[in-house]
Amino acid sequence: MGEQLFDHLLMPVVYILCIVVPLIIAVAMYVYWERKVVGWMHVRLGPNQVGPLGLFQAFADVAKLLIKEVILPTRASRALYYLAPMLALVPALAAWAVVPFGAKMVVSNANAGVLYLLGMTSLGVYGIILAGWASNSRYALLGAMRSAAQVISYELSIGLCMVSVLVLAGSLNFTDIVNAQGGTKGIFDWFMWPLLPIMVVYFVSGVAETNRLPFDMAEGESEIVAGFHVEYSGSAFAIFFLAEYANMILVSFLASIMFMGGWFSPFPTSWGWLGQASFWWLFAKAFAFAFLFLWFRATFPRYRYDQIMRLGWKVFIPIGLVWVVVAGFMKFYGVAGV
Amino acid sequence: MAQEIRNYTMNFGPQHPAAHGVLRLVLEMDGETIVRVDPHIGLLHRGTEKLAESKPFNQSIGYMDRLDYVSMMCSEHAYVRAIETLMGIDPPDRAHWIRTMFDEITRILNHLMWIGSNALDLGAMAVFLYAFREREELMDCYEAVSGARLHATYYRPGGVYRDLPAVMPKYHESPWHKGKDLKRLNRWREGSLLDFIDQFAEDFPRRVDEYEELLTTNRIWKQRTVGIGVVTPEQAQEWGMTGPMMRGSGVAWDLRKKQPYARYADVDFDIPVGVNGDCYDRYLVRVAEMRQSARIIRQCVTWLRANPGPVIVQNYKVAPPPRARMKEGMEELIHHFKLFSEGYGVPEGETYCAVEAPKGEFGCYLVSDGANKPFRVHLRAPGFAHLSSIDTIVKGHMLADVVAMIGTYDLVFGEVDR
Repeated sequence: MGEQLFDHLLMPVVYILCIVVPLIIAVAMYVYWERKVVGWMHVRLGPNQVGPLGLFQAFADVAKLLIKEVILPTRASRALYYLAPMLALVPALAAWAVVPFGAKMVVSNANAGVLYLLGMTSLGVYGIILAGWASNSRYALLGAMRSAAQVISYELSIGLCMVSVLVLAGSLNFTDIVNAQGGTKGIFDWFMWPLLPIMVVYFVSGVAETNRLPFDMAEGESEIVAGFHVEYSGSAFAIFFLAEYANMILVSFLASIMFMGGWFSPFPTSWGWLGQASFWWLFAKAFAFAFLFLWFRATFPRYRYDQIMRLGWKVFIPIGLVWVVVAGFMKFYGVAGV
Repeated sequence: MAQEIRNYTMNFGPQHPAAHGVLRLVLEMDGETIVRVDPHIGLLHRGTEKLAESKPFNQSIGYMDRLDYVSMMCSEHAYVRAIETLMGIDPPDRAHWIRTMFDEITRILNHLMWIGSNALDLGAMAVFLYAFREREELMDCYEAVSGARLHATYYRPGGVYRDLPAVMPKYHESPWHKGKDLKRLNRWREGSLLDFIDQFAEDFPRRVDEYEELLTTNRIWKQRTVGIGVVTPEQAQEWGMTGPMMRGSGVAWDLRKKQPYARYADVDFDIPVGVNGDCYDRYLVRVAEMRQSARIIRQCVTWLRANPGPVIVQNYKVAPPPRARMKEGMEELIHHFKLFSEGYGVPEGETYCAVEAPKGEFGCYLVSDGANKPFRVHLRAPGFAHLSSIDTIVKGHMLADVVAMIGTYDLVFGEVDR
């Protein structure tokens, strides 16, 4: 009985902490890295005052946000207003349950991991929509409306991308998906080659899904000020912020897992230790994707609402649909997949 | 039960990231589509025209800087020219050339501000900071000639306040500027101001290439600007548009060519014109204007290097006498005292003098009754005429396009509200 309790209750909690705590720290460092990188790209310095090289800037910001008052607008819908940030954060963290970091490093090695993940990322949107609706502000409502429309389109294209992946991998389990990309040829075993357009579509949809530039019209600084979270302050705002960055890291990890061979080395296995699988490879790949987010942010202009819709429906979804068929043929004729 | 569907009214500004100061728009919207735009102005009204009636002519030059605070010297130029026309004085050649050069420096300053803020409004952040890097160098030119970075008060009736300095001030070493950075900042500052301006103007087209690389062929940028806010040539004329707003629609109207003032007749430059009159064409026009300005500046530098001379008329009723002579001569002392206390009387009459400011035609209508203060000053601000067309132009566009349109109007509320 004691052993069972340990296995089924305590160990999961330990695992969850092992993911959530580093994740939150990673978000803080990611924010710092973003500000630094964007600063360099803008010929300025970025944070350099708090701590050595400004490393503690993000923590200082968190501390500031946590001690600030959470202002409730007069005619806001109280319960929903407070519920919305939670609804944004919980799925952003829960989605990590099925993300494997190594062959055996996963909280829940669920068979339907892909489905679970799709469900969780779709749930996160409710936070945004409710936040926009509950704060009783017109800017926020516009942001929520835009977000709702955007998510419907981009969830579809993300779903289609995942279908192509699971056609090749023959499994809905992320560990199996990575293992399907393991071979002796290193980088050439990855799904990024047979699924190259899909990888691009997936990552760009991921950028849209997380409301980042050039798809950040749910926030649209210069149009609707801050969009759905314009009325949020203090820790409630911090939670939205945390959820957004956790989602960005999640998209980076998923792109590495589904298309770039997860923890497998890009080098052939015959290259000795360089060819060995390690979760460091996964982190390096995710870091590269995460960097792309910042690069986009630093340079691109913002799309308009209807243009984002057009891109989603008229470009990404057709590509996704066609490639599902192509992937099927590739699998049938043994060109790719297991 | 049937319910009437009403449009949604949204308040855009005056506190808004894209409001360019204190613009307030009341937007009537059908979803994301704009049904009606009602601009509310006057939040930055300072009564400049009335203030100018209450003080001697020279003391209002500083107010002109504060009208369009990103194209300062051009506004001064219009006012100063109006006084000169009424008094019938003509500044020395060198003053005209200096004015031509600084008008163009001002144009670049203004267009840099515009390209940065327009790109920032549409989400492209990098351009803004790149543009400000260059603005900083031009601000230093302003500072070198006038001592002020923004509100120069450099042009005077009869010329300019003083000659160009022979030494360009350098950056000193500080915790913020040191090593390679310091060297880069000081690389053009070894010689005179003219050397600095020359090297800047030579290098500047490369900087413009940098902005263009980020925007001109960027598909998102084009999607956001091509076909947005189309102004037909007829509309442009009906609404009294001038400057890039007019030229973007394909009308080659430029006061520098049509009614040359200062030394624009002697310099070689082209007027860029657009074709479609949309935001993208206006963007291209302004970018091309920056290149043309650099071209004009280099011609001015060549002339100014070769031709030293006085920069202000020797008429001590209008311009202050040299400081050294004031210490010895009674006559000069009296002139100095009279000029800085009472000022000078301007002959009775009225005039309208306009310059091609970066935003369009900036004009000054001046009525004098012979006293030492203007009887009436009216300032024709291009931004005011442009903004009045916003409802016509923007109707039927989406919310995000309003932001793009405000960006290409290049509004500065100092001049709209005056």
